[in-house]
Amino acid sequence: MKEIKTDTKEIISKERMIGLFEKNREGLFMTDSEFMSRIRKDAMERFRELGFPTTKLEEWKNTDLKASLEKGYGYYLHPVIDVDVQKVFHCNIPHLDTAIIAQLNGWYVSKDVPLMELGNGMILGSLAEAFKEYPRIIEKYYGKYADFTSSGLTALNTAFAQDGIFIYVPDNVSSQKTIQMVNVIHHPESIFLQSRNLIILGKNSRISLVHCDDSYNQQASFANIVTEVFIGENASLDHYKLQNMNNDSTLISSVYFNLEQAANLESHFISFNGGLLRNNTRILFNGKGGTANVRGLYLMDRKQHIDNHVFVDHANPECTSSELFKGILDENASGVFNGHVLVRRNAQKTNAYQGNKNILLTDTARVNSKPFLEIYADDVKCSHGSATGQLDSEAMFYLRQRGISEENARMLLMYAFANEVISKISIEPLRLRIEDMVKKRLRGELSVCEHCVLHCNTPERPLEFDIDVTKI
Amino acid sequence: MLLSIKNLHASINGKEILKGIDLEVNYGEVHAIMGPNGTGKSTLAAVIAGRDLFEVTEGEVKYKDKDLLKVPVEERAREGIFLGFQYPVEIPGVSITNFLRTALNELRKYRGLDPMSAVEFLKLMEEKKKLVEIQSNLTNRSVNEGFSGGEKKKNEIFQMAMLDPVLAILDETDSGLDIDALRIVAKGVNHLRRKDNAFLIITHYQRLLEYIIPDYVHVLFEGKIVKSGGKELAIELEEKGYDWLKNT
Ligand SMILES: Nc1ncnc2c1ncn2[C@@H]1O[C@H](COP(=O)(O)OP(=O)(O)O)[C@@H](O)[C@H]1O
Ligand SMILES: [Mg+2]
Repeated sequence: MKEIKTDTKEIISKERMIGLFEKNREGLFMTDSEFMSRIRKDAMERFRELGFPTTKLEEWKNTDLKASLEKGYGYYLHPVIDVDVQKVFHCNIPHLDTAIIAQLNGWYVSKDVPLMELGNGMILGSLAEAFKEYPRIIEKYYGKYADFTSSGLTALNTAFAQDGIFIYVPDNVSSQKTIQMVNVIHHPESIFLQSRNLIILGKNSRISLVHCDDSYNQQASFANIVTEVFIGENASLDHYKLQNMNNDSTLISSVYFNLEQAANLESHFISFNGGLLRNNTRILFNGKGGTANVRGLYLMDRKQHIDNHVFVDHANPECTSSELFKGILDENASGVFNGHVLVRRNAQKTNAYQGNKNILLTDTARVNSKPFLEIYADDVKCSHGSATGQLDSEAMFYLRQRGISEENARMLLMYAFANEVISKISIEPLRLRIEDMVKKRLRGELSVCEHCVLHCNTPERPLEFDIDVTKI
Repeated sequence: MLLSIKNLHASINGKEILKGIDLEVNYGEVHAIMGPNGTGKSTLAAVIAGRDLFEVTEGEVKYKDKDLLKVPVEERAREGIFLGFQYPVEIPGVSITNFLRTALNELRKYRGLDPMSAVEFLKLMEEKKKLVEIQSNLTNRSVNEGFSGGEKKKNEIFQMAMLDPVLAILDETDSGLDIDALRIVAKGVNHLRRKDNAFLIITHYQRLLEYIIPDYVHVLFEGKIVKSGGKELAIELEEKGYDWLKNT
């Protein structure tokens, strides 16, 4: 491995990325299959046209990437493990080599097997490896849902995609245990990374997936992550996205869900911390009778920025979608909620709800909320709501009048507000862990090193959330 | 003297509501405050409890012989002041159990006591729930959320019973209650009535005072106490209404 590192500390620009792509076209990407190579080429062409999004685009009006892009980052085309992997994942992930699907800086981490095929036919592991081992599955699903024609960032990710997580659940398979995908960003200097995940649920299958974005140190980072999720006919996915990144991080996470007939999605986006977080969530009902419930909770302070964009495409009849995003913003934090529900002409008997509620704790915290329904069918039930305000002063007085300190009264009210989202988490140990993290976050005690849902099995933390993949 | 109010003036947004209130409450006494709507009864209660919406422009309030006006809301509560709200606020997502346990333990901490164990707490709750005859599942619900008017008022009395205050101010707890609910509220008050505490009962009607016999009745009119007397004053008010007060 020669040129592992390129352009250290340079700003991220369209020209730099084009140059980097050209430079590696004859080298690194030479091993690509014909399929991959064509996708890369098409995606790069589209990126040349679109470039990085600017605030001139309606979709990016309230989130400016300029300062983030200009910070200067190294870009790696190979995994660089000059940190002790065991140390990074120490405590947080017991049984690293067998149990967890982990990524470090966007690269799959494993001690021995990069890709495992389990007894029930499930395949879990590295996407890079899946490109080689399972070309037929790849060609059927990869790049089919993450539409790069409308997004410069998704185009760029598709042009450069090298590794990430691959999960394949065959038809009729249900996993009893929760699968955890952990992406830790940890590097001695600032880096730009783009990982790519592909998750496929066959017909009538069912899994729970916890998907974490964590930082480990205080270095700046810029991550452009794309995840494609195919949920087959009558399959169910219980999905949790947890984000605890440092204040200098920029994370653009685009998740494309495709729901086949009668498929079911429960998704939770919980953002504890991060410099600039943008979640693009796109849901396509590609068959009749699907259900998607998406909930979000974000707790931001300092100069942090969170942007949740949710697009739900009711392309087929009799589907139900609901969105509830709730945020608490303190100090100078800013938030954006942009919900767009499109009900196409043939999508009769659609049921759709969008809600966004925010608490602003200071005069300097801001939020921009835009729920939007675009309806072309006539037999539908759609509604939306948006509310932004301060902590209820009447309720504060009521609680304090009973002897509760101002601090605790605030905590009770904020926690109650957050709990509408947390209480919907159906995996109990996960809910308890998230409750704990939310409480800590609201008290200002959550450390950026507190990763996701995994932790040591120590006496003070008896709750072990241990997943042994071999038992799935 | 438990509570002593002298020449109290209070206003909101520059509009004077209380225009010189004088009132003294001793341990062991029950005082009733009556008066037409909008005369400042709730304002008086809120000022004693420490609501900062109202600005005290003149006068003094002493509680347990100490100046009360500078004391923060929660400390007043921990010193035994309880306000039963006329319009209890709904607090979605905060269960009564969790809320009361937090409150009770903060009170105990202030008094140098250890937190109450879950078992003790539940036992105490069961006992007080019986007293005010509230459904046992009510306490698992969010504070006042979706409660009927009667349930909200009973919940205030239940909280009072749990926190065992020294000075309980009940602001129109009887309004909108049917006779059964009224009897329960009265039972709660009479049960707690002792030599070492006191009640300030704000009411519109003489009705409640048939069940809770007051030691004193005061008439609040346009921000002032215009008449004080014994329990017979309540009956007089019931017969004559408030109009005749305009000339006093
Ligand atoms: N939050 C408020 N903002 C403005 N005016 C208020 C507020 N609360 C009470 N007032 C005014 O103060 C006066 C007294 O109200 P209140 O104390 O509630 O009377 P009562 O309890 O005797 O019916 C009324 O004229 C009312 O309009
Ligand atoms: Mg009133």
